[in-house]
Amino acid sequence: MADRGQEPLATEGGASADDLQLLERLRAGDERAFEALIGRYHSALLRLAMMYVPSRAVAEEVVQETWLGVLQGLARFEGRSSLKTWLFRILTNRAKTRGQRESRSVPFADLAAAEATGDEPAVDADRFLPPGHEDAGWWAIYPRAWSGAPEERLLALETREVIDRAIAALPPAQREVITLRDIEGWGSEEVCNILQISETNQRVLLHRARSKVRRALEQYMEEIGV
Amino acid sequence: MSNMADAETLRFYPCQELVELVTEYLEDALSPSEHASFESHLAICLGCRNYVDQVRGTVTAIRHVPEDPVAPEARDRLLALFRAWKQGAEEP
Repeated sequence: MADRGQEPLATEGGASADDLQLLERLRAGDERAFEALIGRYHSALLRLAMMYVPSRAVAEEVVQETWLGVLQGLARFEGRSSLKTWLFRILTNRAKTRGQRESRSVPFADLAAAEATGDEPAVDADRFLPPGHEDAGWWAIYPRAWSGAPEERLLALETREVIDRAIAALPPAQREVITLRDIEGWGSEEVCNILQISETNQRVLLHRARSKVRRALEQYMEEIGV
Repeated sequence: MSNMADAETLRFYPCQELVELVTEYLEDALSPSEHASFESHLAICLGCRNYVDQVRGTVTAIRHVPEDPVAPEARDRLLALFRAWKQGAEEP
């Protein structure tokens, strides 16, 4: 219980049975268990690390330090959080320290607060009928249905490039939230827990991020004539 | 949920307001009456139905991440790290 402050609160229900079994095997020195863990999380850790540090090389170092931190912390980990949350908490701590050393980081809570305030409409005002019109605020021209496009179009490699560019252009807190939620597929509670932001802030950041990616996709769909 | 709100609690608002509620709608974070209001707008507005579908399509597309396997060199390096840790851990 001495290291209570180091583990995030287990608001998502703590380590699962699967986690506990994996931990047991890791502590026993089972290399296959470690390999399984690497296969499950390494790429995601690398993607997340890249958001804090200036290069892939540094990100790879941070992820390696994270794995070392995991091994060194195994004996003390009590399973109050899920294994995944613990892992990513170690990563973000190391990446932020490293990012500060590389003089790139502003406290995340400050970024998150700044990026969630102010007026940032999901859709440009000129897409709607102007004030004074009897249908003010209703669509001037309807957004198009993308369902007319073949499903593969939305999932094509070129589309992926549009998405990746749009995400890369987002302010950092929005980028981080959409990466965890929509690329890594995390739940909102997990994301709030790791980033230590409120549910409301998380949702506003996600909303702004998704709205911008949608806009980029809409533009792209129009260019290619969908 | 929508049947919990009757017509009197429905709020009518324009599309420009609806687009700001889409994430809360998709996250199931709207109150029952807000949820019902949202859906009653969708029921009469093709533009907003298309818009919500676009947002859903966007999320689907973002989630479709190409496989990114661990590079063999990285994996070997980490396994070496594990063996060194294990040896250290076993020493008295």
